[in-house]
Amino acid sequence: MSMPSWETLRQEVESLAARYPKKEAAILPALHLVQRKLGYISPEGEKFVAQVLGVRPVRVREVVTFYTMFSQKPLGKYHLQVCSNLSCTLNGSQTLLDYLREKLGIEPGETTPDGRITLSTVECLGACDQAPCLMVNDDLYGRLDKPKLEALLASLE
Amino acid sequence: MDEKVLSRDFEVSHLYQIDTYLQRGGYEAARQALRMKPEEIVEEVKKASLRGRGGAGFPAGMKWSFVPKVDKPKYLCVNADEGEPGTFKDRFIMSHNPHLLLEGITITSYAVGINLAFIYIRGEYERIAQRLEAAISEAREKGFLGKNIFGSGFNLEVVVHRGAGAYICGEETALLESLEGKRGHPRLKPPFPAAVGLFQMPTVINNVETISTVPLIIKNGASWFTSLGLPKDGGTRLFGVSGMVERPGIYELPVGTPLRKIIFEYAGGVKNGRKLKGVIPGGMSAPILLPEEIDVPMDCESVAKAGSMLGSGAIIVLDDQTPILEVLRLVAKFYSHESCGQCTPCRIGTSWINKIVRRMARGEGRKGDVDEIERLASQIKGRTLCPLGDAAAMPILAIVQKFREELEAALR
Repeated sequence: MSMPSWETLRQEVESLAARYPKKEAAILPALHLVQRKLGYISPEGEKFVAQVLGVRPVRVREVVTFYTMFSQKPLGKYHLQVCSNLSCTLNGSQTLLDYLREKLGIEPGETTPDGRITLSTVECLGACDQAPCLMVNDDLYGRLDKPKLEALLASLE
Repeated sequence: MDEKVLSRDFEVSHLYQIDTYLQRGGYEAARQALRMKPEEIVEEVKKASLRGRGGAGFPAGMKWSFVPKVDKPKYLCVNADEGEPGTFKDRFIMSHNPHLLLEGITITSYAVGINLAFIYIRGEYERIAQRLEAAISEAREKGFLGKNIFGSGFNLEVVVHRGAGAYICGEETALLESLEGKRGHPRLKPPFPAAVGLFQMPTVINNVETISTVPLIIKNGASWFTSLGLPKDGGTRLFGVSGMVERPGIYELPVGTPLRKIIFEYAGGVKNGRKLKGVIPGGMSAPILLPEEIDVPMDCESVAKAGSMLGSGAIIVLDDQTPILEVLRLVAKFYSHESCGQCTPCRIGTSWINKIVRRMARGEGRKGDVDEIERLASQIKGRTLCPLGDAAAMPILAIVQKFREELEAALR
């Protein structure tokens, strides 16, 4: 991931903040932006958000640690999130997860040594009609079975 | 009645683009509403008995009328957090018809005197958030959002705000905290958000489906709406059916359609011809119903009388080969993961129950475990700031009470 210039990021965060009556309301959108640009929320990224939005660093830290989507460790190029809630489990999501663990040689919460894939389990993704489902970065894949998952994995560079 | 109203055009291709939406009569209701007096709109929605589609079922028009008529900024927050397990109807609405939601936002904002609306959308719905933002740009270009909408002098901006993976932010006051850039810790009520909400200002919070229903009421009238459903619970609802069912999906049906009919006639019955074990009728927080309890009409009052809740209208079907311990494990795991940690009974109670259930699932259950789960859940119920405590306790208690024998059999 190429390093963006902090100055460009600052301008983007400021324009996000302008949409709200109070600047600090942009903490979540700013963190999403930082994670998208840096691949995770680094300590520098956290400090940067606090500084641009004019809040104490602890205000940003408490947000980063509260929300599961913010990662304090670098994520892989592809983040696979397998739904482990009820409708997906009933329809076989555990089998998909076991396949991925074996194939990738990592457990949920880990990233492959080459930094390509991070594997996670996630609570309900709001696509229960497509159970079992998972997300690859921002995209949802539903009604999966082993052959479809194999094809999906093969399609990731 | 099989007539769809809310999702009528959802199969039309490219409905999410404004030109297609306009061809289907889009934004006519907003145009009409902006010629009405704001209080006439509130009155019409009250008469329509539109109850909140997010879970609590509170009458929408009444909620709006609680907003004090004071001269300070007021805000609308559309709850698009959709985290209740089993629920996928708001995804369905926003991905097929984002302009319907925007039109509802315009009418609601005008009715309450709001000039800034937020759509709080769960972070995992990034693609849908992008679609909403594209729709907002289209509407702005046409002059349907922004300044002096339809020449009425009314101004409105809509901002899409992404959450970041926290079920609790679907709770309305946690949503406000999150929108203000904080952790999603629910607030003590009162004061209610209608009086003191976002940035301490009067705020209306409604679910996506609720807001998307408003244009239909304006276009067709309150009596049309109640005639579709029930006098005290009007209209149709998007029932989401999933789990062990032949045809999972969204079924738009009149409020009051019997649960059995939805599962067996519309969704094709239990998958692979198996027998029914139980049904969760309104998202994971709703207590499970047994096969003999599913002749209940799907409206807020009837489902409450049956000892459960209509919630978000998310129906999860369990077949007779599903071990109840597995269901309990997933329910316990979910709430212990999603408890925000603010109230002790919920924070400690959900994780304690989760530990016991995990042990049982490993085959290491002990005598007295089932009673202990029941005791812990009873002590969460009614002892927390927000409804998450009850949402965890109630389904767990129902499972324990209705399937005690099967759970006991899993103990050593």
